[in-house]
Amino acid sequence: MSTRRVATPLSNVSVEQRAWNIRHKALRMGEVQGQGYIGQALGIADVLAASYFHAMEYRPEDPEWDGRDRFLLSIGHYAIALYAVLMEAGILPEEELETYGMDDSRMPMSGMASYTPGMEITGGSLGHGLGIAVGMAMGLKRKRNPAFVFNLMSDGELNEGSTWEAVMSAVQHGLDNLVCLVDFNDQQADGKATDAMARVPEEVKWRAFGWHAQRVDGNDMEQVIAAFDAARTFPDAVPRVIIFDTTMCKGVDFLEQREITHFVRVESDEWAKALNVLEKGRPQ
Amino acid sequence: MTTNSMARKYEPRKVPEKKVATSAMIASLAAEGYDTVAAPFGHALVDLAERDERIVGLSADLSKYTDLHIFAKAMPDRFYQMGMAEQVLMSAAAGLAREGFLPFATTYAVFASRRAYDFIAMAIAEENLPVKIACALPGLTTGYGPSHQAFEDLAIFRGLPNMTLVDPCDACDVAGMVPEIARHPGPVYARLLRGKVPSVLTRHKPDYRFELGRAQMIREGRDVLVISTGIMTMRALDAAERLATDGVDVAVLHTPTVKPLDTETIRAAAAEDGRLVVTAENHTLMGGLGEAVARTLLTGGIAPDFRMIGLPDEFLEAGALPTLHDMYGLSVDRVAEQIKSWL
Repeated sequence: MSTRRVATPLSNVSVEQRAWNIRHKALRMGEVQGQGYIGQALGIADVLAASYFHAMEYRPEDPEWDGRDRFLLSIGHYAIALYAVLMEAGILPEEELETYGMDDSRMPMSGMASYTPGMEITGGSLGHGLGIAVGMAMGLKRKRNPAFVFNLMSDGELNEGSTWEAVMSAVQHGLDNLVCLVDFNDQQADGKATDAMARVPEEVKWRAFGWHAQRVDGNDMEQVIAAFDAARTFPDAVPRVIIFDTTMCKGVDFLEQREITHFVRVESDEWAKALNVLEKGRPQ
Repeated sequence: MTTNSMARKYEPRKVPEKKVATSAMIASLAAEGYDTVAAPFGHALVDLAERDERIVGLSADLSKYTDLHIFAKAMPDRFYQMGMAEQVLMSAAAGLAREGFLPFATTYAVFASRRAYDFIAMAIAEENLPVKIACALPGLTTGYGPSHQAFEDLAIFRGLPNMTLVDPCDACDVAGMVPEIARHPGPVYARLLRGKVPSVLTRHKPDYRFELGRAQMIREGRDVLVISTGIMTMRALDAAERLATDGVDVAVLHTPTVKPLDTETIRAAAAEDGRLVVTAENHTLMGGLGEAVARTLLTGGIAPDFRMIGLPDEFLEAGALPTLHDMYGLSVDRVAEQIKSWL
């Protein structure tokens, strides 16, 4: 059984408020650049809040502390969302928010390990994160380090053969310190994930491969937190996956209702409108 | 059309008068007159791993065919069988390197260079992680056909920033490169000779030992300078002995590190007046040692008479390895013949 330490950081700010803050920061970054993968960021904010403010242990002042739980962003284009949570967690200074995507910024459009504190890997070429997570989870076990590896990937990455090599490998090597987080927003570059290569329900596949698999509403914080707890405490020596059904643009109703595409177009005057809409939904 | 085009598919064949051995997947490279050493890579890795706890080994279902089984048997808890899955082989090696380990990942050269390239490029090279990729069947070292002949692996990896490329000649090189590439802080792609590997270089130069990044003159000669890598140094040395009996004096500069190239040594050797310069590589002439040397010489203002020995820009045929080496110009006979024709 995986040992578990006290999740950090301790705070009286609710996880729901953290999720709202992440959405707010992501929208402000989008406004700075006039673009960004904002649909994905708004959709995954609850999962990121639960990761960094419920499930994971880390030291904001020492992002490479060896005891930290590792968070791998396989989907490089979700970088805007990760920067938001890294700022919220105190790993990146919020003062740099307006440098997002600028020349010489530590926050380029796609996530890269060499640019950003707290960015563990270079994502972007999809289907890479889970394989690296397998090696890191093996390495942690070799070091008898009790940390977990969390790998956040997208539904589109489930199309990649390399993902399934890693899926089989994680089971073969008994990696119970690996938690894969799948953002199932049913949207890939060309259209719906279920129209591309997701005919068989994902949780069925992962279970058949030997993983502990859960599928929950990724925008329902109660379900998200319960799923993280179950993934961390499941007693068998198998890797764990949580498939989160999420809604693109969650929290900004007029964007949610827009015809959803992989890259959501937001007109220049709509950023302020989106922030206003978000403001109305601020947790009490 | 290339020689292995479909055109001859429907021509019936007769049993040849001269029966040669069928093409083994692992053909012996041993040239006549040389002793061999068994599994020099595997034994060298075990020796090093006894002193360096960071070393782990991974293979994609080819440990027996890359001599990594020696390591796996000696240190089973430090060996990872990754299955026939080259992408996760490379990604997991990257992950282990991220956690402070020094992974040696093995497969065949075709699978590393063709199938796993994106994973080597993005997970390993872009991060400059110390993953050592050691691959059997480099260039034309099997008669099995294009599926297993990595005739373009050096060209593929030469374009990859941070990557160091090693092409050993013999057992001494293979054993000697293991601690040298382990000490190098970045990623390395090493071509591997496995099984019974001939011992060549120390017979020609008793004090020879492999040094990463260094080209070394194995044999002096006034008429021709061969700049060679990998098993072509063995062929060049044998051809040089044959040419000496015809009064042609051939120098052989062994260049086992293909990237970064030992520019200084190569320029100095090629700048000597009057010698024909010939490069020799077990690789396509596109983008390998020959073109790297040509660039180094021209940008250094050195323009000797220059020729290249290597594989043609074709998918190669299947057959017995000696037949293929003759066909494509890599045999001792053909190396000697080509050099003579250029004088």
